[in-house]
Amino acid sequence: MREVAYSDSEMMIAVAARVLKGARTVFVGVGLPNIACNLARHTVAPDLELIYESGVYGARPERLPLSIGDPTLVSGAVSVVSMADLFGLYLQRGLVEIALLGGAQIDRYGNLNTTVIGDYSKPKTRLPGSGGACEIAINAQRTFMIMRLKRRAFVDKLDFLTSPGHLTGGDSRARLGLPGGGPALVITDKAILTFDNPQREMQLSDLYPGVQAKDVQAEVGWPLRLAVTIGETAAPTTEELRLIRDEVDPQGMYR
Amino acid sequence: MNNSAKANKLVSMQDAIATYVSDNFSVAIEGFTGFICFAAGHEIIRQRRRNLTLIRMTPDLIYDQMIAAGTASKLIFSYMGNPGVGSLYCIRRAVEKAIPCPLELEEYSHYGLVGRYAAGASRLPFFALRSYIGSDMLAANPLIKLIDDPYGTGKIAVVPPLNPDVAILHAQRADAKGNTQLWGLLGMQKEIAFAAKHVIVVIEELVDESMIRADPNRTLIPGLIVDAVVHEPYGAHPSYVQGYYDRDNESYLAWDKLSQDHAAVLAWLDEWVYGLENHAAYVRKHGQAHFDKLKPEPLLAPSVDYGRHR
Repeated sequence: MREVAYSDSEMMIAVAARVLKGARTVFVGVGLPNIACNLARHTVAPDLELIYESGVYGARPERLPLSIGDPTLVSGAVSVVSMADLFGLYLQRGLVEIALLGGAQIDRYGNLNTTVIGDYSKPKTRLPGSGGACEIAINAQRTFMIMRLKRRAFVDKLDFLTSPGHLTGGDSRARLGLPGGGPALVITDKAILTFDNPQREMQLSDLYPGVQAKDVQAEVGWPLRLAVTIGETAAPTTEELRLIRDEVDPQGMYR
Repeated sequence: MNNSAKANKLVSMQDAIATYVSDNFSVAIEGFTGFICFAAGHEIIRQRRRNLTLIRMTPDLIYDQMIAAGTASKLIFSYMGNPGVGSLYCIRRAVEKAIPCPLELEEYSHYGLVGRYAAGASRLPFFALRSYIGSDMLAANPLIKLIDDPYGTGKIAVVPPLNPDVAILHAQRADAKGNTQLWGLLGMQKEIAFAAKHVIVVIEELVDESMIRADPNRTLIPGLIVDAVVHEPYGAHPSYVQGYYDRDNESYLAWDKLSQDHAAVLAWLDEWVYGLENHAAYVRKHGQAHFDKLKPEPLLAPSVDYGRHR
């Protein structure tokens, strides 16, 4: 039993906000990541500025954006620029400290697929494609993935590699000259996974309250590596829950 | 044909599409999430253009509708979703099941397509970008290439220029010469305008040239490269125009359900496109009250002093 009731989404939002501690810039999508960034601004990262691929630096949305191109991101922002400038001057210049990404499939090295399920030329399911994710994954200083654990998402082999993570592991990213540091964290609904080993392979690092390692392994399509010591992630505090419910997501769209 | 010196380029949407959009053309209706000229897309459907190559970073509902109507045989894009909602089912039906006809895809990441617009705009042979290395997108699209940096820093990705036959761009205001001012998300509208062979600008408000000259930093597209100006209020509905009307999100959510069935889409096209004479009729059918609800509260920018220097 949880002492204070909270949902899996609230746990993910709280965790995603905590890991933004001290960050100045974050490249963000809509939905849960957006709420996490707003929560972080109230708690661990007061100087955090939100960057959207639509061309907005320093957004201060007054409502939850409906999409990454919502007009509420423009009103009150620090700067609105063309997408050529956003990708060239902000992302490629190296000014994005952390990028939050997700995908339909992720593999053990944090490579992402958002393009197709099945064969590219004859897909079973046609997914949206890259958007900015490919260059974000390549150029951001670090990437954090936010994905619910599911066996069909955590796969042994991607159907298509849209956005490079640690590629084939080890120093394979650096050898190809990719400027950014690549995946650092996967925030799920059950655990935090990291890549802190020489092989840069996804490993179980922290379990959420009440979750066992076997619950995580059951949703992962390869034998999941374990960190040397596995910690327990603290449940959302009453203050985090209050901020989520009263300040950053009062309509409860992501609970 | 070049109309750039004409003082008055105002035409109806019907005439603009009849003059500048022909079968087999490549057409870019740009605008990232907002400023998407649905009025132009609907007129292209109404005039039953065929075999078009449609170009947009995010195809959005408008290309879903145009592809369901059978106007296109190819799509150049970088993110194929109903923004913030889900899938684009008509495009998926065309790709997965060739309904109503097969659709060839040419796919980029956002920055790749941004680069194609930028190279096209300045007539360069390619645009170099730090992307694609390590991605399967390289194999999926042979137009994306890796070359050796001639200055010796290693491999770099390049994309070729894109020069559409026609670009259609929606904005807040322009004068009759086509000098166009836009504020809000700039997307890649400026670059695609300079890249295209012909440009149609569609606006919420027609203003005098003096209004443009009073605030030149806000001018995104000069009349110099504009062929036609169409005054079409609410022409970007159900997408939005910053400060004029918000996204009609109910329409985006409704399309998510409706578009899952091809027959329902055809019925929708009959009611909202083929069954209406023009966009003014579309606005009347919705009713003014519908648009009044989408009007945001005002949030005025303070004016600035350019100084007078004589």
